[in-house]
Amino acid sequence: MNDAAPTVMVRQRAARALARADASRLAAHWAAWPDPPTVEYLRGPEAGLVMVQGRIGGSGDRFNVGEATVTRATAVLRGGCLTCEQVGTSYVLGSDTEHAGLAAIFDALVADPATSPRALAEVVEPLEREHEHDDARACAEARATQVNFLTVARENTAGMEDDDQ
Amino acid sequence: MYVAVKGGEQAIANAHALLAQRGRGTGPRLGADQVRDQLGVLVSRVMSEGSLYDEDLAARAVVQAQGDVLEAVTLVRTYRTTLPRFGTTAAVDTARLPSERRVSATFKDIPGGQQLGATFDYTHRLLAEPDQGHVDADFDEAEPMARVTDLLGASALIEPASSDESDPDPADLTRDPTVFPMSRAERMQALARGDEGFLLSMGYSTLRGYGGSHPFVGEVRVGQVEVELDVPELGFAVCIGRIEVTECQMVAQFVGSSSVPPMFTRGYGLAFGRSERKAMSMSLVDRALRAEELGERAVAPANDEEFVVEHADNVQASGFVEHLKLPHYVDFQAELALLRTMHDESPQPESPQPQETR
Repeated sequence: MNDAAPTVMVRQRAARALARADASRLAAHWAAWPDPPTVEYLRGPEAGLVMVQGRIGGSGDRFNVGEATVTRATAVLRGGCLTCEQVGTSYVLGSDTEHAGLAAIFDALVADPATSPRALAEVVEPLEREHEHDDARACAEARATQVNFLTVARENTAGMEDDDQ
Repeated sequence: MYVAVKGGEQAIANAHALLAQRGRGTGPRLGADQVRDQLGVLVSRVMSEGSLYDEDLAARAVVQAQGDVLEAVTLVRTYRTTLPRFGTTAAVDTARLPSERRVSATFKDIPGGQQLGATFDYTHRLLAEPDQGHVDADFDEAEPMARVTDLLGASALIEPASSDESDPDPADLTRDPTVFPMSRAERMQALARGDEGFLLSMGYSTLRGYGGSHPFVGEVRVGQVEVELDVPELGFAVCIGRIEVTECQMVAQFVGSSSVPPMFTRGYGLAFGRSERKAMSMSLVDRALRAEELGERAVAPANDEEFVVEHADNVQASGFVEHLKLPHYVDFQAELALLRTMHDESPQPESPQPQETR
């Protein structure tokens, strides 16, 4: 293991990209992985819930908004291209257990020093670029709907334009 | 009292087969993915009131319920009870990701701008052929959109979002017994899963004078938020995906009290998916339910916490109302016998005879 702090950040980054990815994409990457280690699931993949919280007013006290489906898996990977036995864990929103199973495998691959560079360069980073591209497009489409409301004639009437409904 | 009845197995099986046949129609079968993608607002409502974020499940429920929203909500709630809860997420930060929609009716020039997003507002409300929907968009830098109420709060005399330093864990309606009066946080959970129609009517009643408030939309936003979960077995928090939410910050007048100067107070609404009417209604009702806390006269139905919270849940409401159609023969016979006895004991020749149907 290298120093722990950057590893946590890298695994968090990977988890974000893996959670948002299509399960089919992850399956393709895993099928193409050279010299794959053996996978044994210690837990799951299994379906469950998380309670989603928000804050009153956006920044006040926390409250329970409602639950969301989540799937999770913990896999132990052995042999193959790994330097040592690695345990990967994933939590992914939605009900697709296959997604969580694959995300756990890639979490373990990201955690191992021997496979980390490849997992990041060929799986995580392309996913991140795609997600960024999707975000930019969605953002640009949304920004095309920007308006400038002009208050006609009654400009600067100290907010008295309230009774016009 | 409900006394069980037996029999009718074949009739019930045939009734369910007939229901399936009615739902089948004659054209191509409607897929859950089509419902998810093309009836997104309906799916949002089912997720919101089903209190479970899962677009695919909600879409399946809509198809199975043949479009009966409350039936679909009940299916989602039932499914939810079969799953274990793995944990509680960090509070979602609605200001972090760029919103698709963000408008303020109180402040015209806000950092990040007014953005209409995907909205029914300003449509002509005329039946028309479906539009292909192509947006001409240039890629440009996203501007951060801080929360309007935070940005302009103090200078516009808007109360700050109340925040207890200790950041208390909110009580959970689905696990803790209901005790009135509730904390505002617990009430918010009840409103978040409450029926849109009920909240709309209660909110509407406050505008019409029953609970007299004079609100403005400080900000409405629709967008995706990241969900973060602290995973104990990893030892750190990870992002587990995104959900779409609608948020409404309602700003209402407050005349002040002996201890608090006059200022604008706030009501808050947050709902899953594209649920703008729900979030707006929720924020109105939240504000109305704060009457006591703010020392206002609390005489209208919308000010009555127990009334609102106990009647907002449409699964409970429809369960109770709809059970009335199930066989009540024994109960009814008992009441009928009682009435007959009373009539026999004290004949009232002048009273009109109610028509007896058996």
